[in-house]
Amino acid sequence: MRMSAKRTLRWGVAAALVAAAAACGSDNAGGSSGDSLTLWTHNAGNPQELAVVEQIAADWNAAHPDKKVTVRAFPQAAYNEAVVSAATAKKLPCILDTDAPTVPNWAYAGYLEPLDIPDDLLAKQLPSTVGKYQGKTYSVGYYEAALGLFARKSALTAAGVRVPTLEQPWTGAEFDQALQKVKAGGKYPITFDLGTGDTGTEWWTYGYSPFLQSFGGDLIDRTSYKSASGVLNGDKALAWATWMQGLVKKGYSPQKSSADAFADFVNGKSAMVWSGIWNSGSLSKVDDGVVLPPPDFGNGAKVGGGSWQWAVSSSCPDKATAMEYLRTSLTAKNMAAFAQKQNVIPASEEAAALVPGWQPGGEKRFFLDESKELAMVRPPTPGYPYLTTTFAKATQDIVAGGDPKQILDRAVAEIDRDLKSNDYYGF
Amino acid sequence: MRARMQGGGQGRTGLLMVAPAGVLLILFFFVPVALGFALSFTDARLISPKPLEFVGLENFQRLLDDPVFWTSLRNTLFFAAVIVPAQSGFALLLAVLVNVKMRGTNLFRMLYFVPVVTSIVVVSILWRFMYQPDGLVNSMLHWMTGNVVRVDWLNDTSTALPAIMFMSAWQAVGFHMVIWLAGLQTIPGELYEAAEIDGAGRWHQFRFITWPGLRSTRTFILVTITIAALSLFTQIHVMTGGGPLDATSTVVFQAVRVGYQQQQTAYASAISLVFFLLVLAVSLIQRWLTRERSA
Repeated sequence: MRMSAKRTLRWGVAAALVAAAAACGSDNAGGSSGDSLTLWTHNAGNPQELAVVEQIAADWNAAHPDKKVTVRAFPQAAYNEAVVSAATAKKLPCILDTDAPTVPNWAYAGYLEPLDIPDDLLAKQLPSTVGKYQGKTYSVGYYEAALGLFARKSALTAAGVRVPTLEQPWTGAEFDQALQKVKAGGKYPITFDLGTGDTGTEWWTYGYSPFLQSFGGDLIDRTSYKSASGVLNGDKALAWATWMQGLVKKGYSPQKSSADAFADFVNGKSAMVWSGIWNSGSLSKVDDGVVLPPPDFGNGAKVGGGSWQWAVSSSCPDKATAMEYLRTSLTAKNMAAFAQKQNVIPASEEAAALVPGWQPGGEKRFFLDESKELAMVRPPTPGYPYLTTTFAKATQDIVAGGDPKQILDRAVAEIDRDLKSNDYYGF
Repeated sequence: MRARMQGGGQGRTGLLMVAPAGVLLILFFFVPVALGFALSFTDARLISPKPLEFVGLENFQRLLDDPVFWTSLRNTLFFAAVIVPAQSGFALLLAVLVNVKMRGTNLFRMLYFVPVVTSIVVVSILWRFMYQPDGLVNSMLHWMTGNVVRVDWLNDTSTALPAIMFMSAWQAVGFHMVIWLAGLQTIPGELYEAAEIDGAGRWHQFRFITWPGLRSTRTFILVTITIAALSLFTQIHVMTGGGPLDATSTVVFQAVRVGYQQQQTAYASAISLVFFLLVLAVSLIQRWLTRERSA
C-alpha cells in the first residue's frame, strides 16, 4: 500500500507539472513564432497612443507580408513586471518599449541588444530621446515629455512679478519673491502646488530631481557613477532639501497634494502648479494659463528628460528584421502622428514641422525648446531602480518634515552600499 | 488480504483527492519558503547578470543596522497589540448584539458584514479620501466640535498609524463577528434558561456560560487576527506608502518595497525570514497560552 501511495503521489505531481508546463507553453509570448515578430507596448490604457503604434505595425505588415509584426499591449502599471518576468522565462518579445531610465538596467541585465541605427538618423533626434548606456545606443523614442511650471498670468501680474521666459527664467531669489507676493495676495489657497499627491515612485524623481540638479546637486556623481557622496548630501543638495521643505513649511505647497493637483489649478485652488506636458491639454481651460520654465537655482534651469522609447531584445531570433522595423519606423510622419494624437513632444524638427502648433513660434513650441535646452536625463546607470526608489523616499521624508541632513546622509549611505555590493554595475 | 486491498484503494483515492491541493501547496508555499530561506543567505537580485554569491549573514547584519526595519517592526507590533484586542472585543460585542431573536437582526448582520466583502483596496482608497484634510472625517469632527479639531490624519506621524488601525478594524470586524456568532450559536439555549431560573443576571450569564462556551472560537479568532495584523500591507501600500517618515511602514511593506521596487531579492528574503520566525513565535506562544489545561 505504501508503495502504491508513493507512486500515486509521484504520478499526481508529475501530471500537475505537465499540466502547468502545458499551460505556460500554450501561451507563447516568445520573440517570434513562425514568420512573425512580436512587439510589446505599455499603452493598453491609452487608446490614442496604441492606435499610432498599431498603425506603424500595420504599415510595416503591408510592406512586409512575410515578416509580420504582432502588437501586444499591456497596461502601464503591469508592464515592467511583465517584461522582467518574460526575460526570466526567456520569452521576451523581439521589439519592446521601455521607459528611458530603465534602459541601462535592462541593457546591463542582458535583455537588450545595442541598436543598429545609423548615426545620421539618430542625429535628427532630440538628444534625450536616444537611450545610451556605456557608449552604445539601446533605445530610441518617437516622442519626448517635459515638465513645466503652469501658472495663472493674472496671479503673477497682480503680484507685480515678472513673467519668466526660457531665455531668462526666474532666479531662486526671484521665485521666492514671487511666492511671497502671490501668497500675500491671498486669492489662492495654494500658492505653488508641487503635486505631491502621487504615491508612486517615478514622479518624485522625474519631477523633483531637476530642482536638485538646478541647485547643483545630483542623484549620483556622473563623472564616475561610483558614489552619491557629496552630490546628494553636499551643501547644494542640502540647500535643495531645505528649499523643498520650506515650500511646505511656509505654506506655499500642501504637504500632500490632492490626487489631481492640475485639476485644483484649473479650478482656481492654486496659482501655480508643477506638472508636465501631459496636462497641457487642459491648460486652455484656464483663461490666462501660461506654462513657464522652472527657476534657475544657480546651476541652470533643469527639467527631466527621457520618456518611452523602443528597444530590441537580445533573445530575438531575427534581430536584423527587428532593427529594420525600428529604423524604418523612425520617420517624421510617425513621430508627427504621436504628437498629433496626444500631448507629447515630437522627437525631431522634421516631425515638429508637420504638426500644427509645434513649428517655431507655435503655441506648443515651448516644450520642444525647453526640452532641447534644459532636459537632463535621469542617471543612465543600471543602478537606477535603486537610485530612484531611494531618492523618492528621501524626498518624501524631506517634504514630510524630516531632518534633511540626516535623510540625505542615509540615502547616500544606502546608495553607496548598493553600488559597492553590485561592483559599481560595471563602471 | 481483502481488507488490505480495500485499504489500499481508499488510500490511493485519498491521495488522489489530496494531490491537487498538495501540489499547489508545494509549488506555491513550500518551494517559495525554501527558496526564501536559501536566498536570504545570498546576494540575489531581481535583475542582474551577476552570478549568485553566498554572503553568509550579511543581509541579517544589514537588517540589524537598518533603522527602517526597526521602525517597521515596532509599527507592526504596535498595530497587532492594538488591533487584536480591540477588533476581537468589538466583534464579540457586535456578535452578542446581533444574536438576539428580534426582527431586523439579519439586516444588521448584513450591514456589519458588507465591508468584509468589499475589496480592501477599494476600502483603502475610500478611506484615504475620507481622511483628507477636507474629507468626511474632518467635516464630521468640525461639525461635532465646532471647528476645533483639524487633523491631517494620514500626513501626521502621530495620527497616521492610528487612523489606519481604526479603518482596518472597521473593515475586518464583520468577519470576526460572524465567527463569534457561529460560536455563540453552538451554546445550548437550555443553559441560559437554567441560569435564568437560578437568578443569574445578564453579566453572570455572559461570564459563566457564554465566555467558557466560546473557548475554541476564542483561540481561532485570536490566532487569525494576530496573523492578519502582523501581515499588514495593503492599507499601507494604498493609503500612505509607509510615510510620513516611516510612521506607517510595516515589515511586510518593507519587504515588498525592498524586494520589488529596489530589486533586492536577497535582503527582502531576509526580512521575510525574520517575519516568518516572528509569526511562528507569536503563534506558538498563543498556542501555549490557550492550550487545553488538564484541570
